[in-house]
Amino acid sequence: MAMKTGLYSIRRGRNGVAVGLAYAATLFGLGWLVLILGVLLWEGFSGLSLSVFTEMTPPPGAAGGLLNPILGSLVLTVIAVVIGTPIGILAGTYMAEYGRHDKLTSIVRFINDILLSAPSIVIGLFVYEIMVAPMGHFSGWAGAVALALLVIPVVVRTTEDMLNLVPNALREAAASIGLPRSLMIMRIAYRAARAGMLTGVLLAVARISGETAPLLFTALNNQFWSTDFNAPIASLPVVIFQFALSPYADWQKLAWTGALIITFTVLALSIVARALAAPGKQS
Amino acid sequence: MSSDAVARSKALDRFRLGDNLFRNLTRGAALLVLVILGGVIISLISGSIPALREFGFGFLIEQRWNPVTEKFGAIAPVYGTVVTSFIAMLIAVPVGLLIAFFLTELCPMALRRPIGIAIELLAGIPSIIYGIWGLFVFAPFLQQYIQPGLISLFGEIPGLSTLFAGPPYGIGVLTAGLILAIMVLPFITSISRDVFDAVPPVLKEAAYGLGCTTWEVVRYVVLPYTRVGVIGGVMLGLGRALGETMAVTFVIGNAHRISGSILAPGTTISATIANEFTEAVGDLYTSSLIALGLILFVITFIVLALARYMLMRIERRIG
Repeated sequence: MAMKTGLYSIRRGRNGVAVGLAYAATLFGLGWLVLILGVLLWEGFSGLSLSVFTEMTPPPGAAGGLLNPILGSLVLTVIAVVIGTPIGILAGTYMAEYGRHDKLTSIVRFINDILLSAPSIVIGLFVYEIMVAPMGHFSGWAGAVALALLVIPVVVRTTEDMLNLVPNALREAAASIGLPRSLMIMRIAYRAARAGMLTGVLLAVARISGETAPLLFTALNNQFWSTDFNAPIASLPVVIFQFALSPYADWQKLAWTGALIITFTVLALSIVARALAAPGKQS
Repeated sequence: MSSDAVARSKALDRFRLGDNLFRNLTRGAALLVLVILGGVIISLISGSIPALREFGFGFLIEQRWNPVTEKFGAIAPVYGTVVTSFIAMLIAVPVGLLIAFFLTELCPMALRRPIGIAIELLAGIPSIIYGIWGLFVFAPFLQQYIQPGLISLFGEIPGLSTLFAGPPYGIGVLTAGLILAIMVLPFITSISRDVFDAVPPVLKEAAYGLGCTTWEVVRYVVLPYTRVGVIGGVMLGLGRALGETMAVTFVIGNAHRISGSILAPGTTISATIANEFTEAVGDLYTSSLIALGLILFVITFIVLALARYMLMRIERRIG
């Protein structure tokens, strides 16, 4: 009898240790989030002022803002989404609507999933090889293409997943009134999957707006605002990289402010994307 | 009557044409995904040909990296990539699994979603933010409080003393590994949680019915059932850690050498490319950096392909 209670208390003890560790691990994980966001607010908030959004990046020692990198990032993101989204949606449409059980679909899905987590710096090298080297100069276009290549896999994945959730009865109903397949997809399936597909685009925007590595040797950087997309263009992540590693205190201050702006933009985007996706999941 | 029929067949023709066009357009887009991957591989190979022709197979095992004499070798960055990722997985795998354990078995229902989302937000923070935070906050903290302790703690123990040798720089291989651990934690957590959640409740209930403790249910029922999926999630995290660039570039110190101590500065493949590519002068230098990119791509491709294969297997099983 004594031995049995001994075994029992050992098992209970082990359970207690494991449960305690699980609580500790969760606190550990959440702690990092709080720490990182806390430091960002602490360091970045004091530098936040109107001039950050109205003035160009300064030379060391002068006052200035982040207007040109913010605009540059916005333009790069918009062009990347405009290039990448249609391709991603069309590819996802093929996989869910036309070739759901094709060999091609399963190959594309496999390759797409790999592209989804492939190192983004390699994408930068690829775009350097196909655009920057032949053209002979860094350019905004090259940066936008590099980002578009990161948009495509995200959009392909969500489009396919969301179209697969559309009930077949809807498709059959459309077919029974004689709607051609392409119209059925565009008028019925897309409409039913709209919220989920929008989520995919938002997630893609969230992903690329913080990307630095693929821009380093495609869009490069620019001290001034430039409307010439054939020239190098400033972007917020690259400017943060440059300013944070500089020895000048006021540049480092601007880097923190930029970091704050990017992080909260990205987090807000991903929270909105989740909120959009949630009702779709339940229905 | 007949003009009506003609109009109808015309409309049908138009529909058929539109249908074909749309179908081929979507098919073309799907094929484009394959073309992108093929393009990446081909361009990396063609870009690294000059370096591979010059150094041959020795490129992989040569330690020197000297832009002045144009002698390049990949082993130091490859070593740094592997060691930082190993440190990251050493921490992130147990912690990630424990968080998944907490979220699926222990956490009150109302808190599951918020805590899960909070952990996933860690994945949403851009890597450059981890970099700037690591350089200005984390590295000085380690340098002041943790590393001196590690050095004096392990300094007397043979074997471990070389691992923790040298002055506390703050930045270095260990710091990079720790930051990578935080970055891949959410990937491992969210996949493990999803596969844990997919275990049929009847299996767990049967184990509880036998009198198992919560830990025993997880250890002997949930983990064996989901092993393939968990390994897939771990590999996915590993793929991320291997290719991570900006955060590592900030904190690793960028020294092209292999040091026995994990407190010493080092470099990784991605950090080397990020730091040196725009400043690389001469074809051989550029080509050597692209060859590094090729090595990185091949390694991550294999790891990610294995991850996907394993996740596909568990999906098929769970259905």
